[in-house]
Amino acid sequence: MQVFKKILIGIAFSPNLKANLFEAIRISNMFGAELVGVHVGEKTHEKEEKLRLLLQEAPDLHTPLHTIWQKGKPVKVILNTCHNEAINLLILGALQKENLYKYYVGSIARELTRKAPCSVLLLIKPSVLRVPCKHIVVNGLKDEKTKETIKTAFKIGNQLACKRITIVEEISQAEMDVKIVSDDISLRKATIEKNRIKKREDLRVEKILNEIDCKNTTLKIQSIFGRRGYSIGHYAKIKRADLLIMNAPLKTGFLDRIFRHDIEYILSELPTDLLIVK
Amino acid sequence: MARESSFKTFVKDIPQNIFSGFVVSLIALPLGLGLALASGAPPISGIIAAVIGGIVTSILGGSNVTITGPGNGLVVVILAAITTLGNGDMQQGFLYTLAAIVVSGIVMVILGFLRLGSLGDFFPSSAIQGMLAAIGIGIFAKQIHVMLGNLNAKGSIIELLLNIPEGIKYYLTTDNQSVFYAGSVGVISFLIMVFYSKIRNRYFQLIPAPMWIVVLSVGMYYYYQYFSEAMYPIEKGLLITLPNDVLSNFAFPDFGKVLEFDFINAVIAITLIASIESLLSIKAVDKLDPLKRRSNVNKDIRALGLATVISGFLGGLNVVTVIARSSVNVNNKGTNRSANFFHASFLVLFILLFATELRKIPLAALAAILVYTGYKLASPENIRKVFRIGKEQLLIFLITLITTIATSLITGILVGILATFFIHVVINKDMLLFLSNLLKPNVLMFKEDGKYFVSVDHFSSFLNYTKLKSKLNQIPENEEVIIDFSLCDFVDHSVMENMNSYAETFKRKGGHLEIIGLDNYSTRSEHPFALRKNMPDFIKSKKDVLTKRQKSLQKIGVELHWEYLPLQEDEITVLPTFGYFKTRHINKVYNILTNNQCSLFDVEFSEGEMIAKQVIRASMFYIKLDKEIPDFTLDKEGVFEYIYHFAGFKDIEIDNHPDFSKRFYLSGKNQEKIKELFTDELVLFFESNPYYHIESSKHGLLILGKERLAGVKEIKAMADFGIRLQKIVSS
Repeated sequence: MQVFKKILIGIAFSPNLKANLFEAIRISNMFGAELVGVHVGEKTHEKEEKLRLLLQEAPDLHTPLHTIWQKGKPVKVILNTCHNEAINLLILGALQKENLYKYYVGSIARELTRKAPCSVLLLIKPSVLRVPCKHIVVNGLKDEKTKETIKTAFKIGNQLACKRITIVEEISQAEMDVKIVSDDISLRKATIEKNRIKKREDLRVEKILNEIDCKNTTLKIQSIFGRRGYSIGHYAKIKRADLLIMNAPLKTGFLDRIFRHDIEYILSELPTDLLIVK
Repeated sequence: MARESSFKTFVKDIPQNIFSGFVVSLIALPLGLGLALASGAPPISGIIAAVIGGIVTSILGGSNVTITGPGNGLVVVILAAITTLGNGDMQQGFLYTLAAIVVSGIVMVILGFLRLGSLGDFFPSSAIQGMLAAIGIGIFAKQIHVMLGNLNAKGSIIELLLNIPEGIKYYLTTDNQSVFYAGSVGVISFLIMVFYSKIRNRYFQLIPAPMWIVVLSVGMYYYYQYFSEAMYPIEKGLLITLPNDVLSNFAFPDFGKVLEFDFINAVIAITLIASIESLLSIKAVDKLDPLKRRSNVNKDIRALGLATVISGFLGGLNVVTVIARSSVNVNNKGTNRSANFFHASFLVLFILLFATELRKIPLAALAAILVYTGYKLASPENIRKVFRIGKEQLLIFLITLITTIATSLITGILVGILATFFIHVVINKDMLLFLSNLLKPNVLMFKEDGKYFVSVDHFSSFLNYTKLKSKLNQIPENEEVIIDFSLCDFVDHSVMENMNSYAETFKRKGGHLEIIGLDNYSTRSEHPFALRKNMPDFIKSKKDVLTKRQKSLQKIGVELHWEYLPLQEDEITVLPTFGYFKTRHINKVYNILTNNQCSLFDVEFSEGEMIAKQVIRASMFYIKLDKEIPDFTLDKEGVFEYIYHFAGFKDIEIDNHPDFSKRFYLSGKNQEKIKELFTDELVLFFESNPYYHIESSKHGLLILGKERLAGVKEIKAMADFGIRLQKIVSS
């Protein structure tokens, strides 16, 4: 299970800074973690003053903010800081498409997501006031990391006082023997097979849940049919979940970015706040 | 399902399939000859295609009640291929075209194996409509001259159209007797085609219209031969030609031009039209299948491809699935692929037995059939329908239509697709919406609380419809489905049309499919791609605009103390359970007179699909029963019923009532229970009252007079009959 002891936030003096900072402070407090802020650029008196003023407005931090000022390339600096400071969680803000309620991850954040050695939390709409988290969607893929991810999801759910968790298993077409339903016979076969896969997946997830205390949460296991990695985002969007928690992708090479799959799809269009557990 | 039982049903159904195969062959014969002639090919090539198609696809095909043979759409393409490949020499051109047909068959087999049956979904439906209309106009323009006795009309489609008035003038003023008589046969044949569906006489309708034309024109020949002093006025050049020895004179394809551009072009055009026509027909026929099965499209395409290869080698045209003949098959109670096989067998018989008689058919008669088909494909009604969906659909339709006529089919459909895409972009003022989301897996499906939920993201149009379709195809049709378009920025007409037909299929098979989320986009919903325009909605009733008939009905209602409703508000659920509506699609029920037990109403329903579609309105009487009764049908005994008798339906004899058994034809599965139901009182009632067709389904009786709306008097008579029948049956 992931324990977030040290959280890193990038400080860019943009209009979003206040909201980003407030969110980060609240999260740190909820997790009982230490917050580290890093600014890529020169340390000036002006900036320091601005930050100080913001912190005065903000809710009290349990442990004081540790700020790092360093010049260099943003990605490199932040990644280095993650290593050096033994960061557990990196918080990044997403961007909003003009005039549309669609959010995406900018190129810097995307690179950070891929390369970060720790878990990453992407926020689509940081706000100054707290918006409570009511529904967490977490993936239940057949993967070694899934157990960790689900456990983390429950822990976070507890800390955020979230009462509802849905575990989603994505059943992709590739897993099925019946590739194309063309007539009544293949339809019947496909339906039977789907039920079988669903049962098998449910069983697997239930096994994981046996080790977790989930008395206090409304729990649901849902299997969905669609493209792996993309459809869970789609599901979270429909169900208006507040936080989506996913495994870190196994590998993201150059080809994966062209032939998108898994997390790449979600990054191109964030449905909700997204936590990638590493 | 056990194998044995399905085999048993197969054997049991053979007689009725022989019967429907027979009726279909009556149409296939003149159509096969005519389509081949119109394509510029020897007439026999159409028959070869039908025979090979019937045999091969009945054995290897994946659909159930479809009929295969030469298709309308291909006429234009094949004619073009023969002309261009032959450089003026029609005979040589035909041999090259046969090679193109063989190659296109091979391509179709490959498409089938690659499971590309869904390729047809990439064509926007208005563009397809436009293309079909262009084909119709092409057939019409050429054949109307042949119908008027002029075989020599040549030129582009537009020239042919412009020459029509001159053609008519020539026909009216000609002093060439042969031309005048041929033209007259043509015109009369055309009138038969037009008025055939208006005459709803069962005996007349036993023989399909095209066969009437054949029978009458052959009859005319014999009239001059045996009864008249005069010589047969139509010269040989205007009659059909068949090879002397049908069985040995096969044309063999010439592969000499395989690598030339024109040849490849022909192959592409033939394959494209053959697959589109087949896919559309298979989809449409599935909606008519009384057993509600789902066709395996890819398997069918493979079988059609193989049949085309064989047919091509034997000198026959392409084999495609044809809608008109398939509809006839369903209407005559064909239940499985054997009907297609029998249709082919009967065709062989006809050609072998009646070759001499067939040579007497004037070309003008066959041309009349094609003129009618062409007109149906391009009828103003179709254009009006497209316009009703939206102005931009009409624009797409016309662009495709005009380009196809002016250039070629392939250019036409490509321009149609581009135009559709362009119009979509303009309407949304957003190119990126399409480009950046085109390849995204935009459909999510999951099952929740026993319901399937399908959500579509970004946009849904002909470009990415396959993704939605493949998900929907995985849902058994007796389940409940909700399709949510609320995340979509744009849903096009092709998708809406398909959703509508999915909704129908689900309803037919006991499930339910509902579309939600389009209201959220009020600006979008107002424009005509949206659901509201395209879903069948009932016209809202306005009390003050009742017609005379409706007012009379209202009065009858007052007299009987029944309630009168000009329009049905709820869905009708009882009617489809009756056997009569198994192959007929109910559009709406209206003018309802009802107390709780009985209802008298008008119903609008359609027979057939697409160009074979006919809308019929009829008055009926429905009795709700509290007790359960066995399924039966009761008719007057007559010639018509004898044929059904021959097709495996049994007449049940009621003991002690020989007169009743003689006058009435009673059939049903459960003989004993039916006999039990037909008490002396009931038998006496039927014997002493006017005749109606009566059908039962478990908890109800359906009484049907003629297959049309009843007049006020007839309504009264029917009501009287029904009320008394209800008393006897429920006592």
